[in-house]
Amino acid sequence: MAGVSDNGNLLRVRELRVYFETDDGTVKAVDGVNFELKRGETLGIVGESGSGKTVANLSIMRLIPEPPGQIAGGSIEFNGRDVLKLSAREMRDLRGCHIAMVFQDPMTSLNPFMRVSKQLMEVTQLHLGHTKEQARRHAVAMLTQVGIPDAAERIDSYPHEFSGGMRQRVMIAMALSCKPQLLIADEPTTALDVTIQAQILELIRKLKSETGTSVILITHDLGVIAGMTDHVTVMYAGKVFEQAATVELFERPGNPYTKALLQSVPDPTSEQGKLFQIPGQPPDLANLPSGCPFAPRCQRAAEICTREFPPFVQITSNHYSLCHFANEVYAESAT
Amino acid sequence: MESNTQPLISIKDLTVHFPVRQSLLRRARQVVKAVDGVSLEILEGETLGLVGESGCGKTTLGRAILRLVEPTGGQVVFRGQDLAHLSSSAMRAQRRHLQIIFQDPYASLNPRMTVNEIISEPIETFRLARGEERRLRVQELMQHVGLSSRFLKRYPHEFSGGQRQRIGIARALSVDPSFIVADEPISALDVSIQSQIMNLLDRLKREKNLTYLFISHDLRAVQHVSDRVAVMYLGKIVELAPAKAVYSRPLMPYTKALISAVPVPDPKVEATRKRIMLEGDVPSPINPPSGCRFRTRCPYAIDACAGVEPRLVEILPNHFAACIRISPEQPDIERVAPGAAPGLN
Repeated sequence: MAGVSDNGNLLRVRELRVYFETDDGTVKAVDGVNFELKRGETLGIVGESGSGKTVANLSIMRLIPEPPGQIAGGSIEFNGRDVLKLSAREMRDLRGCHIAMVFQDPMTSLNPFMRVSKQLMEVTQLHLGHTKEQARRHAVAMLTQVGIPDAAERIDSYPHEFSGGMRQRVMIAMALSCKPQLLIADEPTTALDVTIQAQILELIRKLKSETGTSVILITHDLGVIAGMTDHVTVMYAGKVFEQAATVELFERPGNPYTKALLQSVPDPTSEQGKLFQIPGQPPDLANLPSGCPFAPRCQRAAEICTREFPPFVQITSNHYSLCHFANEVYAESAT
Repeated sequence: MESNTQPLISIKDLTVHFPVRQSLLRRARQVVKAVDGVSLEILEGETLGLVGESGCGKTTLGRAILRLVEPTGGQVVFRGQDLAHLSSSAMRAQRRHLQIIFQDPYASLNPRMTVNEIISEPIETFRLARGEERRLRVQELMQHVGLSSRFLKRYPHEFSGGQRQRIGIARALSVDPSFIVADEPISALDVSIQSQIMNLLDRLKREKNLTYLFISHDLRAVQHVSDRVAVMYLGKIVELAPAKAVYSRPLMPYTKALISAVPVPDPKVEATRKRIMLEGDVPSPINPPSGCRFRTRCPYAIDACAGVEPRLVEILPNHFAACIRISPEQPDIERVAPGAAPGLN
């Protein structure tokens, strides 16, 4: 794909809308989302279940099941071309080759009836035109690179013969087989134990620095975000609530939701006692309140919040917050 | 720590071994040693946290205490009675005092029962209240766990994960238990809901004088809610200490690695922190390593670790660890001479 330079952006998502038709009405899973990713950088996307973080990223791969889903608007520019306008054939070339994805549950994303070798070889045979021998050699090299011991022997195993952490390594090996420009990792370590999570995160860090791949890391774990990303996008109810450089977001959040989220994580170094809690329940996407979707749970909510949808305020050059009081919240965070 | 330090439950040498189905040709009988000789006291009024990775036996231990899985050996003494050896009818009578909250609020509530039926059922089973009294009791329980009693006629699928977990908690509380096993009660919930449930459990504990065994793989959560923390690895307790000490001064190498693996929600800390990377996966509990079970992944392992099964020793006051490479005189493994095993003497 021709590389068009546009401020070093590899990916630019503009006003993306993804709607699902359900029995309860139209669910606006993603509703006017903007974000961008520079080459070589890692973008973190945080949010709770139903915030739209996964749907937004499945849209980049055009993997939204239609119907009931539908990309209702917006654009997704990858290397300067709108992914949403590509033909099925062009899309196939993009997927797995230029953009690759790693999912939460490696057991359901690997074919249980197929040897790992075959699944890995398929990718390069299809996309890089490898012969069987080339593909096999490449697959063994990839497995070795992701830290699978005795890769040459283990490559002919079936997925169930690997542990959860090893399966996730296989998935990462497969995703990186064609040296993609963009790796989307959707909760890649959520199903894993902490010591294995640490191994996988270290692996992603290492591979990123070796290959220069850009990464989108989707997670609900603020600790993982803190250790892995350059920029963060916080999502809630299908909207982007805050966007900033990672260090800035943790130090000076400009949105009450982000602030509350950061406060509700128990800090082992502080005293025990009552933990900060966000009251109420996540919103029902088929039945959003008027005004700000977070207003019913927000400590700072004023009358205007339930009446008017908040503006996406630019606080500093690359810090944005969806809030009527963005600048005030940002100022308060300084202390 | 609570001032009352009487044990409510004393676990002695508890084992739970599961037979593995063998193939026709292979004669040797294999067992999974899910819990393999655990001795532990759960003190009245405390929250004892139990952490470990999947497959370490923490859930099995919790269930064996309640006889939801049958122990294959050892004792569980509760108010002078050994639960592990009670007849099933005598055990049934004790269940009133011993309840459990499950991880998955979707799978642990009967989808065909209304909330009212779910919470009333244990009250009926133990004949604690009837008619109007029972109705009031259910309403009161709903209030206690933060649910409106308008919801009583609804079915579980009409609730979010956090609300379902509240229903599960109300059900456990309905029989006025003294001890609750909370088995990963927040793992399936969103971050904003996790803190709600942790605060709820904490409030109920104080209001109703409960004792908890809080099982979780989430070290941050365990550290926050617990008075003491026990760390489990491959069927054994490897460290036991006040919650603060486990986090600020872990002694056993596995605990050190576990704590260093937990990501800290602070980019500046994350950028500079030193991590102990463990190699490989947890070995199979069918054939655990000889001696210390952690030695195959332990950066401090020496030859002697394969020969001796380490005992849980009080290394610092109230702080127990199972490692032959440390001792009360030399508690800090990093300062122990290379190759030395002060715990052996």
